[in-house]
Amino acid sequence: MKKEIFLQFEQVSKLYNSFLAVDKLSFNVYKGDIFGFLGPNGAGKSTSIRMALSLIKPTSGEINLFGSDILNDREKTLSKVGALIEKPDFYSYLSAQKNLEILGEISAVQGLKAKIDEVLDLVGLTSRRNSKVKTFSQGMKQRLGIAQTLLHDPKLIILDEPANGLDPQGQVDMRELIVRINKERGITVIISSHILNEVEQICNRMVIINKGKSVVEGDVSELLTGSRMKVSYVTDDNEQTLALLSNSEFKDNINGIEKEKLTLLMEHENIPRLNDFLSKEGVKVYSIEPIRSLEEYFITMTK
Amino acid sequence: MIKLIKIELYKIFRKPRTYIGFGAIAFIVIVVNLGFLFEGEQLLGFLIDSLKDKFLLSGNLINAYTMAFVILNSLWIHLPILISITAGDMISGESNSGTFRLLLTRPISRSKLLAAKFISSWVYTVSLLLFMIAFSLVLGYLIFGVGDLIVIKSTISILSADDTLWRFGYATLYGILSMTTVTSLSFLLSSLSENSIGPIVGTFAIIVGLTIVSTLGYALIAPIIPYLFTTYLPSWDLFFTMELDIAKLTHAIYVNLSYSLAFITFTFYYFKNKDILS
Repeated sequence: MKKEIFLQFEQVSKLYNSFLAVDKLSFNVYKGDIFGFLGPNGAGKSTSIRMALSLIKPTSGEINLFGSDILNDREKTLSKVGALIEKPDFYSYLSAQKNLEILGEISAVQGLKAKIDEVLDLVGLTSRRNSKVKTFSQGMKQRLGIAQTLLHDPKLIILDEPANGLDPQGQVDMRELIVRINKERGITVIISSHILNEVEQICNRMVIINKGKSVVEGDVSELLTGSRMKVSYVTDDNEQTLALLSNSEFKDNINGIEKEKLTLLMEHENIPRLNDFLSKEGVKVYSIEPIRSLEEYFITMTK
Repeated sequence: MIKLIKIELYKIFRKPRTYIGFGAIAFIVIVVNLGFLFEGEQLLGFLIDSLKDKFLLSGNLINAYTMAFVILNSLWIHLPILISITAGDMISGESNSGTFRLLLTRPISRSKLLAAKFISSWVYTVSLLLFMIAFSLVLGYLIFGVGDLIVIKSTISILSADDTLWRFGYATLYGILSMTTVTSLSFLLSSLSENSIGPIVGTFAIIVGLTIVSTLGYALIAPIIPYLFTTYLPSWDLFFTMELDIAKLTHAIYVNLSYSLAFITFTFYYFKNKDILS
C-alpha cells in the first residue's frame, strides 16, 4: 500500500548571498513516521526546517506539506502542523496558561480551555500553569514547547533539537513523550537533531544531511543493518585469533587490534557465522561488542 | 483581526516598559504645573515684559490652557522617544526574544499579524498623546482654573478662554497624525532590526538629525526642508493663531500622510519577504 506523504522536499536549495546552505535537498516524510533529520552542526538542518514552516523562503525547489505548496497555501497547511524551533521561547512575563491562550487563540482552537488543560496534563505542567515562564527551568520550557505544538490537534509536529539543554533524565523523558505522542495520538513527528542516540532510539526513518546535501535517506533499522558494522572481540589470545582469521573466509573483515580488542567490520547477518567459526576453532571469546551504531554510520556517511 | 489586536494590546500593556511613557508624561506635567505654581509670575513676566508698554494685560494668564500649551511643546521631542520605546519593540522585540518563531509557525498571515501590531502600537501612541493633553488640562484646571491664552510666535495672539478648547481638540488630532508618522518610522526600523535598542536610537537619531539639518538651513538642502516630516512635527501650534493658515496646515497633513504611508508600505513589503532567522 502506498504510504501518504506528509512532507516532501523536492530539489530544495537555499542560497544566502554566496553561501549555499541547502543544496538540492529531497526527502519524504510519511504519515505515522518518527522521522529523524540528522546532520552535523551547520549541515543545513535548521534552515531546512524553517523552510518547511515558511519562516524562510527557498531559493529554488518545492516544499509540499500535506500535498500543498507551503508558500501558496501557508495558513491551511500550518493549521495541521505544530512546531518547536530550536529553543522554546515564550513571553517570559506571562504565565504558561496565558502563553498557551495566546497561541491557541491565534490558531483558532475550539474549546481552548479544555485543550490547554489536556496538553498541560500531558506534559506534566498542570501545577505550574499560573507560574510565569521566566521562573521555568529549561526542561519545563521544553515541555511547554511540546504542549504548544499539540494545542490545535496537529497531524504533524516538527521538533528542532528537542533535547537541547536537557539533563540526561530530561532527555529520556522527552524521548518517551515523543514516542507517546506518536503512538497514542497518531501524530507524525519530525525530529531535527545532531544527537545520534536520540534518533537511533526513537526514529523509524531518517535522512542524514551534510553540507546542505542529502547523504542517505531510509529506514533507520535497514540503514544500520544493511551495511558493515564494527564488532570488537576480546579473546584468550587476540594475536593468535587474528592469525587464525587471516587464513579464513573472514580475512577481509579484519579491522585490526584496538585497545586490546580485536575489531572486525561485519555484515549484521554474518556475525553468528563468525561466532560459530571461533567456537569450532576453540577460541575462548570473553566478550563481543558491536561498536557499529548510528554514530559510526553517521561519521562514515558525513566524512 | 480584532482578536489579534486584542492580543497585541494585551502584550503591550503587560510589559512594564509600556508605563515608562505614561510615567514620564505625568512627571513632566506635574513638574511644569508646580513650576508655574511657584514661579509662574516671574516666568510669565519674562515672556510678556516687552508687551507691557503696548498692551494692558489682566486676568488669569497662568491657567489650564497655558499649561497645556507649554506641555504640548514637548510633543515634538519627548513623545517620539516614548513612542519609539513601544513601537520600536513591536517587531524587533519578538525577534530578539525568539517568539516570532512561535507566532509565525501558526496558521496566520504575516500581513495580518503586522497589521495587528501596527494598529496596537498606534493605539498606544494615541493613548499616550490623549493622556498628555487630558492630564495637562485637568491638572492645570484644578490648580489654576481657565483663562485666556497668550501665544507669542512671530505674531502675538491673545485667544479668549471660550475660543481655545476647540483649538486643543484640533491640535490633538494633528498631534495624532504627526505621531503616527513617528510610530510608522519606529515600526519600520523595528522590522529591520533584531533588537529593540536599534529602532529606539534610530528613531531619535533621524528626528534629531533632520531637525538639526532643517534648523541649519543650508542652501543646498533648503529646497527639501518643506518635504521633511520633521519640519511639521511642531505644526500643531498652527491652530493657535487668530487666522488659521489653511494652506500650511494642508501641506503639513499631506507630508505626514505621505511619510506614514511610505513607511508602512515598505515595512509590509520587507516583512512579508523577510527570512525569520532569529
